[in-house]
Amino acid sequence: MKIEEHQNNNPSKPAQRKASDFKIRSNRLSEFAVQRDYDRCIKCEVCIKQCSFDVHYRDEEDDLIKHRPENCVGCHRCAVMCPTAAISITPNPAQYRAHGSWSGEHVKDINRQAETGGVVLTGSGNDKAAPVYWDRMLINASQVTNPSIDPLREPMELRTYIGAKPASVKVKDGKLASEMPPQIKIQMPILFSAISYGAISYNVQKAIAEAAEELGTLYNTGEGGLHPDFYKYKDNTIVQVASGRFGVHPDYLNAARMVEIKIGQGAKPGIGGHLAGEKVSESVSITRMIPMGTDAISPAPQHDIYSIEDLRMLIFALKEATNYRVPVSVKIAAVHNAAAIASGIVRAGADVVAIDGFRGGTGAAPKAIRDNVGLPIEFALAAVDQRLRDEGIRNQVTLISGGGIRCAADIVKAIALGADAVYIGTAALIAVGCTLCQKCYSGKCNWGIATQNPYLAKRVNSEIAKNRLVNLVQGWSHEIKEMLGGMGINSIESLKGSRSQLRGVGLTSEELDILGIRPAGM
Amino acid sequence: MSIATSIEIDAAGLYYKELNAQIRDAVSEGALKVVLKNVTGQRYIGTNLYGTVDRDTLRKLEIEIHGTPGNDLGMFLDGPTITVHGNVMDGSGNTMNHGRIVAHGRAGDITGFSARGGEMFIKGNAGYRVGIHMKEYGDMRPVMTIGGATQDFLGEYMAGGVVIILGLTLKPGEAHYCNHVGTGMHGGMIFLRGNIEPHQIGTGVGMPELTDKDAELLTNYIAEYGRLFDTDVSEIKLEDFTKLAPLSVRPYKQVYAY
Ligand code: SF4
Ligand code: SF4
Repeated sequence: MKIEEHQNNNPSKPAQRKASDFKIRSNRLSEFAVQRDYDRCIKCEVCIKQCSFDVHYRDEEDDLIKHRPENCVGCHRCAVMCPTAAISITPNPAQYRAHGSWSGEHVKDINRQAETGGVVLTGSGNDKAAPVYWDRMLINASQVTNPSIDPLREPMELRTYIGAKPASVKVKDGKLASEMPPQIKIQMPILFSAISYGAISYNVQKAIAEAAEELGTLYNTGEGGLHPDFYKYKDNTIVQVASGRFGVHPDYLNAARMVEIKIGQGAKPGIGGHLAGEKVSESVSITRMIPMGTDAISPAPQHDIYSIEDLRMLIFALKEATNYRVPVSVKIAAVHNAAAIASGIVRAGADVVAIDGFRGGTGAAPKAIRDNVGLPIEFALAAVDQRLRDEGIRNQVTLISGGGIRCAADIVKAIALGADAVYIGTAALIAVGCTLCQKCYSGKCNWGIATQNPYLAKRVNSEIAKNRLVNLVQGWSHEIKEMLGGMGINSIESLKGSRSQLRGVGLTSEELDILGIRPAGM
Repeated sequence: MSIATSIEIDAAGLYYKELNAQIRDAVSEGALKVVLKNVTGQRYIGTNLYGTVDRDTLRKLEIEIHGTPGNDLGMFLDGPTITVHGNVMDGSGNTMNHGRIVAHGRAGDITGFSARGGEMFIKGNAGYRVGIHMKEYGDMRPVMTIGGATQDFLGEYMAGGVVIILGLTLKPGEAHYCNHVGTGMHGGMIFLRGNIEPHQIGTGVGMPELTDKDAELLTNYIAEYGRLFDTDVSEIKLEDFTKLAPLSVRPYKQVYAY
């Protein structure tokens, strides 16, 4: 065939193809094409070692490195690691006949399901082209009046306090005289969102915890319990209590600065979780406190919460269990009635409401749910903030928004829309190497992140990863300061809910209404 | 202190936060037995004792309750023994880690929800979703013994632990009335005395024979039940028990298309 000759320009290549050269499954087009420049290939086998998806192999008989492109997930590990840059991974140029209604993805998924009868799983965050509203909001800056501030010259405050704020305080002799609900001081309005040990490797969770410590912010254990080694980061730890209650006991609850009740997650609102038995290694088993190799199933609801009253009961159970020492957060996915639900959560006594938008990441979720259930965080955040203000209870909670925060500008926009702080998850994983291949559920992450396989996990050095995380958050903090300075503001507090600093472009009047912002030019 | 100190608290009119704070203070000051009188629905008794005294002392602590404690009795309990002379409401032993809860009466819904350790003895019937998502780990294995019968969803999602249902409140010939027993179960075991039809049991749950170890465990817990509640248990025969256990520890393995 012409194509094969074209793909393979090695003159020593045999003309005939053997059975082992054929695809394993024949009725699905490969998603990716693997191209190897045989003039460059030195047969060093780095690609074979690097790829956990069993794409590259040595054909002894032909003395060639070959590949099975149908296994490739497009993580680009091999292409990056190949010492002679002989490999390139591209979307497979061979596509099904184009169709306006039936995309190649639909056709492939149907084939996958026809082969297995199962639910199509995926990882990471929603990759569909639903509009990103952050990109349709623009930030203001001062000109002439209200001079802008140079953060390199003048102090600029990003410090944020997490916790409920009283409606009024008494001051006596220059000192605070009223009793304050528990507060946590963090150095910037950026927290690491919940990612459990189990979903990610030990080294990556360690890197995140250490980055939080160095930055003076918080990281979140997710619902996987707390590994004994990580109790030492307790001053920077948020522990989660989810429906599985894995590893939840008094020591765990009391090892934290904040306890978070996980009701939902942006990537999979309304459904539970399921850590496959293969990922429950010995060390994960110690952390979750379940036997090795068993499935860790988080039911869809928390079975002691069927109402706001029940939620109140759990919030106060956790306050009792921690002797009212730490704030209690409730995390929900951004869904249609998020505003009313958030109002209920505040009235149930939560100190913090965390809202996770539909672009939030996950270690595993059914694709149908990841891509179709939930709301963009921009709308949910604006609606929740407005509702709480209208009801006069906004001060009673800290609002943390997450799910699709990609850069410092997104953070500035989120805070102007009404958030007190943001959670970052996917961005943190990208900083330590994630290339968004979305195979986190497979446990074979070639970047050593979403895996418990020691051979893969050691690809991440926790110190290097920590430095990269610290760099990222520091870089973003500088950018936030620059943007604040540009607006003539010297404290992040002054930006909170200041929607007049935003203008919309290309938005309908209804969208502008929900976001509570004016169109650009007005 | 050479002798164990005992303290009595009158709970009448106290809000739970106040009552629990008093219990916490008493334990911090060295009480090894706390007797609560006139308890009327106060929640979370026994929940806030972390950090008061060391683990071993907490394991010796006894809390005796007269009246009706509120929801989430002994939630996150980690050591003490709680004896209730009355009924208990919803969520007793919720996410319990260690210790013992003995109720001389009936229990409400989600009794023993997500417990990872400890023992519970309920004299009479219990409500819905009892033992749901109980788990076990290492040498921690919760065991819940219920003298009567329960409502639906018994042992749903169970990942470990043991639930023993003695069915003593059923009339002669009356079958168990709980449905969806053990749905999603992937660990642990349920021993049920009395008749139950296959359609009442969730898919993925098998009925294996009792092993010698099971017989020993049952015998011990039945005897302890008899002792605690001063009940004649000589009528209870091991052959009247059905054992329910999951067919797989990986029930959802086949659900996904990889
Ligand atoms: S799965 Fe990743 S490492 Fe393997 S061939 Fe594809 S891009 Fe390369
Ligand atoms: S964490 Fe790993 S498996 Fe998941 S998307 Fe990133 S690179 Fe892929």
